[in-house]
Amino acid sequence: MTTEQLIERPFTAASFQAFMNEGKLMGSRNRDTGEVFVPPRPIDPKTHGDNMEWVELSGRGKLAAFTSVYIGTSAMIDAGFDRTNPYIAGIIELEEGPRMSGQVTGVDSLRPDIDWIGRPLKATFVERDEDGKLRTYLLFEPAE
Amino acid sequence: MKKLNRGVAIVGTGMSRFGSFPEKTTRDLFVEAYQDMSASVDKGFDPNDVEAVYIGNFSSDLFEGQGHIAPIMADWVGLAPRAATRIEDACASSGVALRQGILAIASGAYDVVLVGGTEKMSNLPTAGVTDALATAGDMLFEIPAGFTFPGFYAAMATAYMKRYGASADALLQVGIKNHENGKFNPKAQFQASISDMMAGRIAKAQQRGLPVPTWQTEMDFMHDDKANPLIAWPLRLFDCSPVTDGASAVLLVGEELAKRFTDDPLYVIGSGQASDAAALHDRAELTSIRAAQVASRQAYEMAGVTPDDIKIAEVHDCFTIAEIIATEDLGFFAPGTGHEAAEEGLTSRYGLKPINTSGGLKSKGHPVGASGAAQAVEVWKQMRGSAGERQVDRDVDLAITHNVGGTGQTCVVHIYERR
Repeated sequence: MTTEQLIERPFTAASFQAFMNEGKLMGSRNRDTGEVFVPPRPIDPKTHGDNMEWVELSGRGKLAAFTSVYIGTSAMIDAGFDRTNPYIAGIIELEEGPRMSGQVTGVDSLRPDIDWIGRPLKATFVERDEDGKLRTYLLFEPAE
Repeated sequence: MKKLNRGVAIVGTGMSRFGSFPEKTTRDLFVEAYQDMSASVDKGFDPNDVEAVYIGNFSSDLFEGQGHIAPIMADWVGLAPRAATRIEDACASSGVALRQGILAIASGAYDVVLVGGTEKMSNLPTAGVTDALATAGDMLFEIPAGFTFPGFYAAMATAYMKRYGASADALLQVGIKNHENGKFNPKAQFQASISDMMAGRIAKAQQRGLPVPTWQTEMDFMHDDKANPLIAWPLRLFDCSPVTDGASAVLLVGEELAKRFTDDPLYVIGSGQASDAAALHDRAELTSIRAAQVASRQAYEMAGVTPDDIKIAEVHDCFTIAEIIATEDLGFFAPGTGHEAAEEGLTSRYGLKPINTSGGLKSKGHPVGASGAAQAVEVWKQMRGSAGERQVDRDVDLAITHNVGGTGQTCVVHIYERR
């Protein structure tokens, strides 16, 4: 991981998205405690410290909670999901510690199983066309 | 320990009929709640005595295209030029409005305050309501993953079921119980038990010469993918509170003034409020709501009572799993045992700890910004013995209300005493 150029970027949603567009999952790390935050936070809510640096994450983690959504958000309905084709929204605990939300693919959304919780997942990036503009989304899929 | 500098009493409560009313706006609903409240004040009150108005509302902007609604509500009930303030804390908006009214009286700034809430949700199609409610979540970092509100609570349900071995049937049992209560609430959106609904659908099928459903038990109906479709697995339609139009109103006064209005006031002896992380994924636990634990601890400490002292509770059952978690966060049942309490009937009207005798958000309805203050309406009725057929079979001298915003970003808790 290079630093000079990264340090220039503020710990904002825009920076997080810009990194994703470059194929990187980036968070902020409290230099004093080592705790990692994804998406990046400018202030550590536990210590109130703001001595942060950028850190790249592996994208590996495990499923902490999830649902198979039959009545989705408008964006997901537009993406082709419906009652006969539900999608999985999950909360993923990354190996570096923090959790994040993401769509989980590569599993049978019509046969969800409570024992998927704990299953290893890895992040992948996909580009979606949003009104003629490409935006990178993070998806998670089974790691095995 | 924090105490109010001045005692605060409730001397009247009211609510509109909850339901889907294409012809009514937020202001029509609030007028209805205000008039119902007005009629409940035993010795009557002079509207000129009201000094300030706090209105809970989540999003008349998105639902109705109308912003700045607090002065509109004040105007429509004839209370301009009193100070009128809108409170927005998602589904906890009017619970927080109630708290703001209490704090305003306790501070000495006012003696008589009107609080309430109003929400008109049914104008939008389902997809529009889903998107509007989603804005109570984190629009940057969780909604893009595809989470909806049923989805968030479904995820909490999976974490809870995995950790504690709870079944989806325990959740459905909460819905069955709340419909059993809402059946007897003339203001409820659904005044029917699950058995009543089954009988109605069987009769309709027979009448129309269609195949007659073969359900034997309420659980058969609840397991039927057609009658009770999945919304966000494992949550089904009857695990979810409905889209509702409705309003609520509560009249608060300084404790020393209460007997001018009624010989039988309720005293607010505990109040607590807390917040938590913007996104569900950032919470320390996915199987409890920390804001509810913190807010209820504050309220219990202020009131000097324990969970065992509380006779009834109105809790925020936006989804069935939320009621189970609420009964643990409020200290009624140990963590991980709320699902067993629900299945054993401990939370029914006749159980150890009656929960949501009003029918809860599930059966009474959930006009989001009005729900918190509407919980106080049920407590008022149960504590004064005027809850009709759903009146509990014991003396209710202490009650609690628990109102959650979003997935637990906000929680506000109140404890009420009848002396």
